[in-house]
Amino acid sequence: MRCWDPRIEEMPVAELKELQYKLLKSLVYRLYSFSPFYHNRMKEQNVHPDDIRELSDIRKVPFMFKRDLRDSYPDKIFTATQEDLVRYHVSSGTTGKPTVVGYTQNDLNSWTTSLARALTSIGLGRGDVIQVSYGYGLFTGGLGLHYGAERIGATVLPTSVGNTERQIELMQDLGSTAIACTPSYLLHMGEVAEKIGVSIKKDTKLRAGILGAEPWTEKMRERMEDWLGIKAYDIYGTSELSGPMFTECTEQNGFHIWGDIALTEIIDPKTGEPVAPGERGELTITILQKEALPMIRYRIGDITSMDEDVCPCGRTHPRVQRIQGRVDDMLIIRGINVFPSQVEYALMAIPEVGQHFQIVVDRKGALDDMLVRVELTKDSFSDKITDLMIIRERIEHKLRNALNVNADVELVEPGSLPRYEGKSKKVLDRRSM
Amino acid sequence: MDVKKYVIKQISVFSENRPGRLAAIAHALGEENVNILAFSIAEANGFGVVRALVDQPEKAYRKLSAIGFNVAFTDVIAVHMQDRPGGLYEIAKMLGDANINIEYSYAYSGKEGAVLILRVDQVVDAIEKISRSGATLIESSVFH
Repeated sequence: MRCWDPRIEEMPVAELKELQYKLLKSLVYRLYSFSPFYHNRMKEQNVHPDDIRELSDIRKVPFMFKRDLRDSYPDKIFTATQEDLVRYHVSSGTTGKPTVVGYTQNDLNSWTTSLARALTSIGLGRGDVIQVSYGYGLFTGGLGLHYGAERIGATVLPTSVGNTERQIELMQDLGSTAIACTPSYLLHMGEVAEKIGVSIKKDTKLRAGILGAEPWTEKMRERMEDWLGIKAYDIYGTSELSGPMFTECTEQNGFHIWGDIALTEIIDPKTGEPVAPGERGELTITILQKEALPMIRYRIGDITSMDEDVCPCGRTHPRVQRIQGRVDDMLIIRGINVFPSQVEYALMAIPEVGQHFQIVVDRKGALDDMLVRVELTKDSFSDKITDLMIIRERIEHKLRNALNVNADVELVEPGSLPRYEGKSKKVLDRRSM
Repeated sequence: MDVKKYVIKQISVFSENRPGRLAAIAHALGEENVNILAFSIAEANGFGVVRALVDQPEKAYRKLSAIGFNVAFTDVIAVHMQDRPGGLYEIAKMLGDANINIEYSYAYSGKEGAVLILRVDQVVDAIEKISRSGATLIESSVFH
């Protein structure tokens, strides 16, 4: 099947925008009438639902931030009563208090529909075995993918995270054709497989990876596709939006954000104004049909760019490029903005080092000091100290060119850097310790 | 001459420069009943290379690789020295006169006298020159 819902997915752009406008207008009316939180926000900004006369009038509506959700813990801004909720998810709260998301049945349906379209767009469907190796439970990844995969008629193998050797065994025995997990977990799985004498490329039927919940790069994609013999697709979403919702199509050039489900803006994080088409900025999303926890102009804090041209796959919905960093993950080293993803990208171009790295930031006197720890690969080990020092200098040189700031490099033993089965923590900032 | 019998397989191990790494290597070799005959540590800022002559190089390589170390084999040669003042000078002068460049070297003094382990860029060439100069090379079978 090429499209899950061709009528919507291939809708002419003008028609789609008209639909978005209608949905936005009714959303704003609904919130103004039934949500004290949004009502007050709009009053403060002097905005009335009647001010929304065309799609671009969304710019008049106030932003929402992560702190709005934390401040309203657990459910103060829900617009559905508990009786109407069919599920809760709770975010991990790594950056503060956890946030609670409630779902009505319609909210779950819309989330599942979004994923059914996404999974179909990467060529999955009836006959596929989809191994869901995202965590099941309060985290949205496992259950989200589970329902999406069932909806398209695929067979779900709900392995969740961990017990990697058993996962590899089941992948072989039950013939998983796709796996949904974090990119770092798939890398870990590849390494474990090799250790027990299994080649994912040769000994399994795996052909697609649905990878997200942490930042990754094009270079990592090339490496995984080549090494594991799969197509690696980016998936995007956050628990506040419902969970993982959007993936790339087989074009692998940005994930389609379904326009009837969400309205996407890219804004300048400093001014809040829209950036020029195609420019990088902060992803801001309005979920157009959400009942329990409406999200309007939600500033996720992810940095990316958007392409509104019709995709070669035929889908008319805008594509958002791979996340290039977090507004709040950005490190400021001696006054220069540094994203961990830039370090990752620079390192991936150096064959002597592995996929794992760690950034350690210290303050030495008045100056910031950045150290990047990388694992030397087996093949590139030389008995000569001078050869190793040349490798280290090359990496330092590459990083300096990529980041415009000096970084020291430390070569470490293979396998010695921490592997995470959930979100990678690649930065150790000791300046505030 | 059969130069091959003088080529000795040294194992080289990449190691971070932090406490306990040498112990980890030595413990692993001990567990496998591998005897270390000579070793040295070369260090740079933050990392080092541990080099060793062992009685069972293949076994040592397999064990250290299996527990995650970066290991490589390197060809070295060993030359007898007189265990008395001036002994090193005689060998060093002879190597210099023969135009053999030493990348690195380490020595031990055992029951059969003092031995200089050498890593040179042209191994075969060095073996021929050293034999012609009258110095005594030690066969690899002495070590493993």
